[in-house]
Amino acid sequence: MEYLSIFVKGIFIENMIFAYFLGMCSYLAVSKTVKTANGLGLAVIFVLGITVPINYLLENYVLKEGALQWISPEYATVDLSFLSFIMFIAVIASMVQLVEMIVEKFAPALYGALGIFLPLIAVNCSILGGALFMQDRQYPSIGEATVFGLGSGVGWWLAIVAIAAIREKIRYSHVPAPLKGLGITFIITGLMGIAFMSFMGIEI
Amino acid sequence: MSTDTAAAPKKESLFSKKNRRLLSDPLDDSNPITVQVLGICSALAITVQLQQAVIMSLSVLFVMIGGNVIVSLLRNLIPDRIRIIVQLVVVASLVIIVDQVLKAFQPDISEKLSVFVGLIITNCIIMGRLEAFALGNKPGPSFLDAIGNAMGYAWILLAVSIVREVFGSGAISLPGMGQVKFLPSEWFMSEGGFYENNNLMILPPMALITVGIIIWIQRSRNQSLIEEN
Repeated sequence: MEYLSIFVKGIFIENMIFAYFLGMCSYLAVSKTVKTANGLGLAVIFVLGITVPINYLLENYVLKEGALQWISPEYATVDLSFLSFIMFIAVIASMVQLVEMIVEKFAPALYGALGIFLPLIAVNCSILGGALFMQDRQYPSIGEATVFGLGSGVGWWLAIVAIAAIREKIRYSHVPAPLKGLGITFIITGLMGIAFMSFMGIEI
Repeated sequence: MSTDTAAAPKKESLFSKKNRRLLSDPLDDSNPITVQVLGICSALAITVQLQQAVIMSLSVLFVMIGGNVIVSLLRNLIPDRIRIIVQLVVVASLVIIVDQVLKAFQPDISEKLSVFVGLIITNCIIMGRLEAFALGNKPGPSFLDAIGNAMGYAWILLAVSIVREVFGSGAISLPGMGQVKFLPSEWFMSEGGFYENNNLMILPPMALITVGIIIWIQRSRNQSLIEEN
Protein backbone atom coordinates (compact mmCIF):
# COMPACT_ATOMS: atom_id res chain seq x y z
CA MET A 1 0.00 0.00 0.00
CA GLU A 2 2.90 2.29 0.79
CA TYR A 3 4.07 2.05 -2.82
CA LEU A 4 0.66 2.84 -4.25
CA SER A 5 0.37 5.85 -1.97
CA ILE A 6 3.75 7.27 -3.09
CA PHE A 7 2.87 6.62 -6.72
CA VAL A 8 -0.53 8.34 -6.60
CA LYS A 9 0.91 11.18 -4.55
CA GLY A 10 3.61 11.74 -7.18
CA ILE A 11 1.06 11.87 -9.99
CA PHE A 12 -1.74 13.93 -8.54
CA ILE A 13 -1.01 15.59 -5.23
CA GLU A 14 2.64 16.55 -5.58
CA ASN A 15 2.54 16.89 -9.35
CA MET A 16 5.88 18.12 -10.67
CA ILE A 17 4.26 20.76 -12.87
CA PHE A 18 1.27 21.97 -10.94
CA ALA A 19 2.67 21.92 -7.42
CA TYR A 20 6.39 22.60 -7.96
CA PHE A 21 6.66 24.01 -11.49
CA LEU A 22 9.54 21.72 -12.30
CA GLY A 23 10.40 21.25 -15.95
CA MET A 24 8.30 24.22 -17.01
CA CYS A 25 10.65 25.28 -19.79
CA SER A 26 10.28 22.15 -21.87
CA TYR A 27 6.67 21.87 -20.77
CA LEU A 28 5.92 25.22 -22.40
CA ALA A 29 8.15 24.76 -25.42
CA VAL A 30 7.24 21.23 -26.51
CA SER A 31 3.50 21.26 -25.79
CA LYS A 32 2.34 22.50 -29.17
CA THR A 33 1.25 19.06 -30.45
CA VAL A 34 0.16 15.98 -28.52
CA LYS A 35 2.50 13.67 -30.42
CA THR A 36 5.77 15.35 -29.47
CA ALA A 37 4.47 16.09 -25.98
CA ASN A 38 3.76 12.40 -25.54
CA GLY A 39 7.28 11.48 -26.68
CA LEU A 40 8.97 13.91 -24.35
CA GLY A 41 6.70 12.84 -21.48
CA LEU A 42 7.64 9.19 -21.97
CA ALA A 43 11.32 10.13 -22.12
CA VAL A 44 10.94 11.98 -18.81
CA ILE A 45 9.23 8.98 -17.15
CA PHE A 46 12.03 6.74 -18.40
CA VAL A 47 14.86 9.03 -17.29
CA LEU A 48 13.28 9.73 -13.88
CA GLY A 49 12.66 6.02 -13.34
CA ILE A 50 16.35 5.30 -13.96
CA THR A 51 18.11 8.27 -12.39
CA VAL A 52 16.19 8.45 -9.10
CA PRO A 53 17.20 4.93 -7.95
CA ILE A 54 20.79 5.43 -9.15
CA ASN A 55 21.00 8.70 -7.28
CA TYR A 56 19.39 6.99 -4.27
CA LEU A 57 22.22 4.47 -4.17
CA LEU A 58 24.76 7.26 -4.60
CA GLU A 59 23.17 9.26 -1.79
CA ASN A 60 23.00 6.35 0.64
CA TYR A 61 26.31 4.64 -0.06
CA VAL A 62 28.57 7.57 -0.92
CA LEU A 63 27.29 11.02 -0.07
CA LYS A 64 25.31 10.94 3.16
CA GLU A 65 27.01 11.46 6.49
CA GLY A 66 28.33 8.07 7.53
CA ALA A 67 27.39 6.52 4.21
CA LEU A 68 30.93 5.42 3.53
CA GLN A 69 30.89 3.15 6.57
CA TRP A 70 30.60 0.12 4.33
CA ILE A 71 34.22 0.61 3.28
CA SER A 72 35.64 0.79 6.76
CA PRO A 73 34.34 2.07 10.11
CA GLU A 74 36.83 4.94 10.17
CA TYR A 75 34.86 6.74 7.45
CA ALA A 76 31.78 6.96 9.69
CA THR A 77 32.09 10.71 10.11
CA VAL A 78 32.73 11.62 6.48
CA ASP A 79 29.97 13.85 5.09
CA LEU A 80 30.13 14.43 1.35
CA SER A 81 26.63 15.79 0.97
CA PHE A 82 27.95 19.14 -0.31
CA LEU A 83 28.98 17.24 -3.43
CA SER A 84 25.47 15.96 -4.09
CA PHE A 85 24.52 18.57 -6.72
CA ILE A 86 27.52 17.83 -8.87
CA MET A 87 27.20 14.03 -8.49
CA PHE A 88 23.48 14.01 -9.26
CA ILE A 89 23.86 16.18 -12.32
CA ALA A 90 26.71 14.03 -13.61
CA VAL A 91 24.60 10.88 -13.30
CA ILE A 92 21.68 12.60 -14.98
CA ALA A 93 23.72 14.01 -17.85
CA SER A 94 25.29 10.65 -18.64
CA MET A 95 21.97 8.76 -18.41
CA VAL A 96 20.38 11.26 -20.77
CA GLN A 97 23.20 10.75 -23.23
CA LEU A 98 22.44 7.02 -23.09
CA VAL A 99 18.71 7.49 -23.60
CA GLU A 100 19.45 9.78 -26.51
CA MET A 101 21.58 7.13 -28.18
CA ILE A 102 18.92 4.45 -27.64
CA VAL A 103 16.13 6.61 -29.04
CA GLU A 104 18.24 7.63 -32.03
CA LYS A 105 18.91 3.97 -32.83
CA PHE A 106 15.48 2.46 -32.28
CA ALA A 107 13.02 5.29 -32.92
CA PRO A 108 14.52 7.71 -35.46
CA ALA A 109 11.13 9.31 -36.15
CA LEU A 110 10.71 10.19 -32.49
CA TYR A 111 14.31 11.40 -32.41
CA GLY A 112 13.61 13.74 -35.30
CA ALA A 113 10.46 15.05 -33.64
CA LEU A 114 12.07 15.72 -30.29
CA GLY A 115 15.10 17.30 -31.90
CA ILE A 116 16.90 19.61 -29.55
CA PHE A 117 14.76 18.77 -26.54
CA LEU A 118 16.20 15.34 -25.85
CA PRO A 119 19.64 16.63 -24.83
CA LEU A 120 17.82 19.31 -22.89
CA ILE A 121 16.23 16.67 -20.65
CA ALA A 122 19.60 16.83 -18.89
CA VAL A 123 18.76 20.35 -17.87
CA ASN A 124 15.08 19.64 -17.33
CA CYS A 125 14.55 20.71 -13.75
CA SER A 126 12.10 17.89 -13.09
CA ILE A 127 14.88 15.30 -13.35
CA LEU A 128 17.27 17.01 -10.94
CA GLY A 129 14.24 18.04 -8.87
CA GLY A 130 13.27 14.38 -8.57
CA ALA A 131 16.74 13.55 -7.26
CA LEU A 132 16.75 16.46 -4.81
CA PHE A 133 13.26 15.68 -3.48
CA MET A 134 14.33 12.07 -3.04
CA GLN A 135 17.28 13.32 -0.97
CA ASP A 136 15.06 15.71 0.96
CA ARG A 137 12.39 13.17 1.84
CA GLN A 138 14.69 10.34 2.91
CA TYR A 139 12.82 7.40 1.43
CA PRO A 140 13.51 4.26 3.48
CA SER A 141 14.20 1.89 0.59
CA ILE A 142 15.27 1.93 -3.02
CA GLY A 143 11.89 0.51 -4.06
CA GLU A 144 10.06 3.50 -2.67
CA ALA A 145 12.52 5.89 -4.31
CA THR A 146 11.98 4.21 -7.68
CA VAL A 147 8.21 4.34 -7.32
CA PHE A 148 8.49 8.01 -6.44
CA GLY A 149 10.56 8.64 -9.56
CA LEU A 150 8.12 6.81 -11.79
CA GLY A 151 5.11 8.49 -10.19
CA SER A 152 6.55 11.96 -10.69
CA GLY A 153 7.39 11.08 -14.26
CA VAL A 154 3.85 9.90 -14.95
CA GLY A 155 2.52 13.09 -13.37
CA TRP A 156 4.73 15.17 -15.65
CA TRP A 157 3.68 13.16 -18.71
CA LEU A 158 0.02 13.60 -17.78
CA ALA A 159 0.43 17.36 -17.40
CA ILE A 160 2.24 17.90 -20.70
CA VAL A 161 -0.14 15.69 -22.71
CA ALA A 162 -3.14 17.47 -21.20
CA ILE A 163 -1.82 20.95 -21.98
CA ALA A 164 -0.81 19.89 -25.49
CA ALA A 165 -4.34 18.64 -26.17
CA ILE A 166 -5.79 21.92 -24.92
CA ARG A 167 -3.35 23.96 -27.00
CA GLU A 168 -4.26 22.03 -30.14
CA LYS A 169 -7.89 22.97 -29.64
CA ILE A 170 -7.39 26.53 -28.49
CA ARG A 171 -5.99 27.44 -31.88
CA TYR A 172 -9.60 27.63 -33.08
CA SER A 173 -10.83 30.04 -30.44
CA HIS A 174 -10.54 33.82 -30.20
CA VAL A 175 -7.80 34.46 -27.69
CA PRO A 176 -6.91 38.15 -27.25
CA ALA A 177 -3.89 38.77 -29.49
CA PRO A 178 -1.35 39.67 -26.76
CA LEU A 179 -2.27 36.51 -24.85
CA LYS A 180 -1.78 34.18 -27.80
CA GLY A 181 0.75 31.41 -27.34
CA LEU A 182 2.67 31.80 -24.13
CA GLY A 183 0.26 33.98 -22.15
CA ILE A 184 -2.79 31.79 -22.50
CA THR A 185 -0.72 28.68 -21.80
CA PHE A 186 0.35 30.15 -18.48
CA ILE A 187 -3.19 30.98 -17.51
CA ILE A 188 -4.55 27.56 -18.55
CA THR A 189 -1.79 25.87 -16.57
CA GLY A 190 -2.76 27.96 -13.57
CA LEU A 191 -6.39 26.89 -13.90
CA MET A 192 -5.33 23.25 -14.28
CA GLY A 193 -3.23 23.67 -11.17
CA ILE A 194 -6.27 24.90 -9.26
CA ALA A 195 -8.16 21.83 -10.47
CA PHE A 196 -5.35 19.54 -9.39
CA MET A 197 -5.39 21.14 -5.95
CA SER A 198 -8.67 19.39 -5.30
CA PHE A 199 -6.62 16.19 -4.89
CA MET A 200 -4.85 17.73 -1.91
CA GLY A 201 -5.53 16.03 1.37
CA ILE A 202 -6.51 12.73 -0.19
CA GLU A 203 -4.98 9.93 1.84
CA ILE A 204 -4.54 6.45 0.49
CA MET B 1 27.16 58.17 -23.51
CA SER B 2 26.64 58.68 -27.24
CA THR B 3 30.07 60.20 -27.76
CA ASP B 4 32.07 57.10 -26.98
CA THR B 5 30.29 55.00 -29.61
CA ALA B 6 31.73 57.21 -32.35
CA ALA B 7 35.22 57.04 -30.86
CA ALA B 8 35.48 53.26 -31.05
CA PRO B 9 35.62 52.14 -34.64
CA LYS B 10 38.67 49.88 -34.36
CA LYS B 11 38.50 48.37 -30.93
CA GLU B 12 34.98 48.01 -29.66
CA SER B 13 34.49 49.74 -26.34
CA LEU B 14 32.80 47.85 -23.54
CA PHE B 15 30.01 50.40 -23.55
CA SER B 16 29.40 50.61 -27.27
CA LYS B 17 25.87 50.79 -28.55
CA LYS B 18 25.83 47.07 -29.32
CA ASN B 19 27.00 46.19 -25.86
CA ARG B 20 24.49 48.48 -24.21
CA ARG B 21 21.78 46.63 -26.10
CA LEU B 22 23.03 43.45 -24.44
CA LEU B 23 22.12 45.04 -21.14
CA SER B 24 18.82 46.63 -22.09
CA ASP B 25 17.27 44.08 -24.45
CA PRO B 26 16.70 41.36 -21.88
CA LEU B 27 14.73 43.78 -19.74
CA ASP B 28 11.96 44.00 -22.32
CA ASP B 29 12.29 42.86 -25.94
CA SER B 30 14.05 39.60 -25.21
CA ASN B 31 13.15 39.11 -21.59
CA PRO B 32 14.34 35.68 -20.50
CA ILE B 33 11.06 34.75 -18.82
CA THR B 34 8.30 36.33 -20.85
CA VAL B 35 9.86 36.12 -24.32
CA GLN B 36 12.62 33.52 -24.37
CA VAL B 37 10.66 31.25 -21.97
CA LEU B 38 13.72 30.36 -19.91
CA GLY B 39 13.97 29.87 -16.19
CA ILE B 40 10.29 29.60 -15.45
CA CYS B 41 10.47 26.90 -12.78
CA SER B 42 12.21 28.89 -10.12
CA ALA B 43 10.49 32.11 -11.09
CA LEU B 44 7.17 30.60 -10.14
CA ALA B 45 8.01 28.49 -7.16
CA ILE B 46 9.80 30.97 -4.93
CA THR B 47 7.70 34.09 -5.47
CA VAL B 48 5.49 33.69 -2.41
CA GLN B 49 7.59 36.23 -0.51
CA LEU B 50 9.69 39.14 -1.68
CA GLN B 51 12.72 38.23 0.42
CA GLN B 52 13.01 34.81 -1.19
CA ALA B 53 12.75 36.41 -4.61
CA VAL B 54 15.52 38.90 -3.75
CA ILE B 55 17.86 36.18 -2.52
CA MET B 56 17.07 34.00 -5.54
CA SER B 57 17.70 36.87 -7.96
CA LEU B 58 21.05 37.62 -6.36
CA SER B 59 22.03 33.95 -6.50
CA VAL B 60 21.09 33.72 -10.15
CA LEU B 61 22.99 36.95 -10.88
CA PHE B 62 26.12 35.54 -9.28
CA VAL B 63 25.89 32.15 -10.99
CA MET B 64 25.11 33.71 -14.36
CA ILE B 65 28.02 36.13 -14.29
CA GLY B 66 30.41 33.45 -13.11
CA GLY B 67 29.16 30.85 -15.56
CA ASN B 68 29.05 33.15 -18.57
CA VAL B 69 32.55 34.54 -17.98
CA ILE B 70 34.15 31.17 -17.22
CA VAL B 71 32.54 29.38 -20.16
CA SER B 72 33.39 32.30 -22.42
CA LEU B 73 37.05 32.09 -21.34
CA LEU B 74 37.04 28.34 -21.95
CA ARG B 75 35.05 28.49 -25.18
CA ASN B 76 37.96 27.55 -27.45
CA LEU B 77 39.04 24.67 -25.22
CA ILE B 78 35.69 22.92 -24.79
CA PRO B 79 35.14 20.07 -27.27
CA ASP B 80 31.75 20.40 -28.89
CA ARG B 81 30.49 16.93 -27.98
CA ILE B 82 30.84 17.22 -24.24
CA ARG B 83 30.04 20.90 -23.89
CA ILE B 84 26.81 20.33 -21.96
CA ILE B 85 28.60 18.33 -19.30
CA VAL B 86 31.39 20.89 -19.04
CA GLN B 87 28.83 23.68 -18.66
CA LEU B 88 26.94 21.70 -16.04
CA VAL B 89 30.10 21.16 -14.02
CA VAL B 90 30.99 24.86 -14.12
CA VAL B 91 27.46 25.88 -13.11
CA ALA B 92 27.14 23.18 -10.46
CA SER B 93 30.36 24.29 -8.77
CA LEU B 94 29.13 27.89 -8.64
CA VAL B 95 25.78 26.75 -7.25
CA ILE B 96 27.50 24.74 -4.54
CA ILE B 97 29.25 27.96 -3.46
CA VAL B 98 25.93 29.84 -3.37
CA ASP B 99 24.25 27.04 -1.46
CA GLN B 100 26.96 26.86 1.18
CA VAL B 101 27.00 30.65 1.62
CA LEU B 102 23.22 30.76 2.01
CA LYS B 103 23.25 27.91 4.52
CA ALA B 104 25.86 29.78 6.54
CA PHE B 105 24.43 33.32 6.48
CA GLN B 106 20.70 33.03 5.71
CA PRO B 107 19.74 29.63 7.16
CA ASP B 108 15.98 30.20 7.36
CA ILE B 109 15.68 31.52 3.81
CA SER B 110 17.87 28.67 2.61
CA GLU B 111 15.39 26.35 4.33
CA LYS B 112 12.45 27.96 2.53
CA LEU B 113 14.13 27.88 -0.87
CA SER B 114 14.78 24.15 -0.25
CA VAL B 115 15.59 22.38 -3.49
CA PHE B 116 15.29 25.47 -5.63
CA VAL B 117 18.83 26.68 -4.96
CA GLY B 118 20.09 23.37 -6.29
CA LEU B 119 17.79 23.73 -9.23
CA ILE B 120 19.63 26.87 -10.35
CA ILE B 121 21.97 24.32 -11.97
CA THR B 122 19.25 23.26 -14.36
CA ASN B 123 17.70 26.69 -14.59
CA CYS B 124 17.32 26.91 -18.34
CA ILE B 125 18.13 30.62 -18.26
CA ILE B 126 21.72 29.84 -17.35
CA MET B 127 22.22 26.94 -19.72
CA GLY B 128 20.36 28.81 -22.43
CA ARG B 129 22.60 31.87 -22.23
CA LEU B 130 25.74 29.73 -22.01
CA GLU B 131 24.72 27.87 -25.16
CA ALA B 132 23.40 30.85 -27.05
CA PHE B 133 25.86 33.52 -26.06
CA ALA B 134 28.91 32.67 -23.96
CA LEU B 135 30.07 29.87 -26.25
CA GLY B 136 30.45 32.28 -29.15
CA ASN B 137 31.49 35.56 -27.58
CA LYS B 138 34.34 37.20 -25.69
CA PRO B 139 34.25 37.44 -21.88
CA GLY B 140 33.39 41.18 -21.86
CA PRO B 141 30.13 40.98 -23.82
CA SER B 142 29.29 37.71 -22.06
CA PHE B 143 29.61 39.49 -18.73
CA LEU B 144 27.17 42.19 -19.88
CA ASP B 145 24.82 39.60 -21.34
CA ALA B 146 24.80 37.79 -17.99
CA ILE B 147 23.96 40.97 -16.10
CA GLY B 148 21.26 41.93 -18.56
CA ASN B 149 19.55 38.56 -18.49
CA ALA B 150 19.81 38.20 -14.73
CA MET B 151 18.21 41.64 -14.38
CA GLY B 152 15.46 40.72 -16.82
CA TYR B 153 14.84 37.62 -14.73
CA ALA B 154 15.01 39.56 -11.48
CA TRP B 155 12.43 42.19 -12.31
CA ILE B 156 9.82 39.60 -13.24
CA LEU B 157 10.56 37.73 -10.04
CA LEU B 158 10.28 40.85 -7.93
CA ALA B 159 7.07 41.98 -9.66
CA VAL B 160 5.38 38.61 -9.21
CA SER B 161 6.46 38.25 -5.61
CA ILE B 162 5.36 41.78 -4.68
CA VAL B 163 1.89 41.14 -6.13
CA ARG B 164 1.62 37.78 -4.44
CA GLU B 165 2.88 38.89 -1.06
CA VAL B 166 0.89 42.12 -0.89
CA PHE B 167 -2.38 40.45 -1.77
CA GLY B 168 -1.64 37.10 -0.18
CA SER B 169 -0.22 38.18 3.16
CA GLY B 170 -0.88 41.92 3.28
CA ALA B 171 2.79 42.53 3.88
CA ILE B 172 6.20 42.99 2.30
CA SER B 173 9.35 41.27 3.45
CA LEU B 174 12.98 42.07 2.76
CA PRO B 175 16.03 40.07 3.77
CA GLY B 176 17.20 41.20 7.18
CA MET B 177 14.06 43.24 7.92
CA GLY B 178 11.45 40.56 8.39
CA GLN B 179 7.86 41.05 7.30
CA VAL B 180 6.37 44.54 7.36
CA LYS B 181 2.58 44.54 7.48
CA PHE B 182 0.72 47.33 5.65
CA LEU B 183 -2.32 47.39 7.86
CA PRO B 184 -2.51 47.50 11.66
CA SER B 185 -2.46 43.91 12.80
CA GLU B 186 -5.83 44.15 14.58
CA TRP B 187 -7.50 44.84 11.21
CA PHE B 188 -6.75 41.32 10.02
CA MET B 189 -9.51 38.75 10.24
CA SER B 190 -7.29 36.42 12.25
CA GLU B 191 -7.08 39.08 14.97
CA GLY B 192 -10.83 39.76 14.92
CA GLY B 193 -10.71 42.55 12.32
CA PHE B 194 -12.39 42.89 8.92
CA TYR B 195 -9.54 42.32 6.45
CA GLU B 196 -9.12 38.83 5.07
CA ASN B 197 -6.01 37.93 3.09
CA ASN B 198 -6.52 36.42 -0.32
CA ASN B 199 -5.05 33.01 0.39
CA LEU B 200 -5.37 31.97 -3.23
CA MET B 201 -2.45 34.30 -4.04
CA ILE B 202 -0.12 32.20 -1.91
CA LEU B 203 -1.03 28.97 -3.69
CA PRO B 204 1.14 27.84 -6.62
CA PRO B 205 -1.40 28.32 -9.47
CA MET B 206 -1.61 32.07 -8.89
CA ALA B 207 2.07 32.45 -9.76
CA LEU B 208 1.29 31.13 -13.23
CA ILE B 209 -1.68 33.40 -13.65
CA THR B 210 0.29 36.43 -12.44
CA VAL B 211 3.05 35.76 -14.95
CA GLY B 212 0.37 35.25 -17.62
CA ILE B 213 -1.01 38.69 -16.83
CA ILE B 214 2.46 40.27 -16.94
CA ILE B 215 2.92 38.73 -20.40
CA TRP B 216 -0.46 40.10 -21.43
CA ILE B 217 0.44 43.62 -20.32
CA GLN B 218 3.89 43.49 -21.88
CA ARG B 219 2.65 42.22 -25.24
CA SER B 220 -0.21 44.65 -25.51
CA ARG B 221 2.31 47.46 -25.06
CA ASN B 222 4.87 45.91 -27.37
CA GLN B 223 2.87 44.50 -30.27
CA SER B 224 5.92 43.08 -32.06
CA LEU B 225 6.12 40.29 -29.49
CA ILE B 226 2.69 38.84 -30.30
CA GLU B 227 2.81 35.22 -31.46
CA GLU B 228 0.99 33.78 -34.46
CA ASN B 229 -0.76 30.99 -32.62
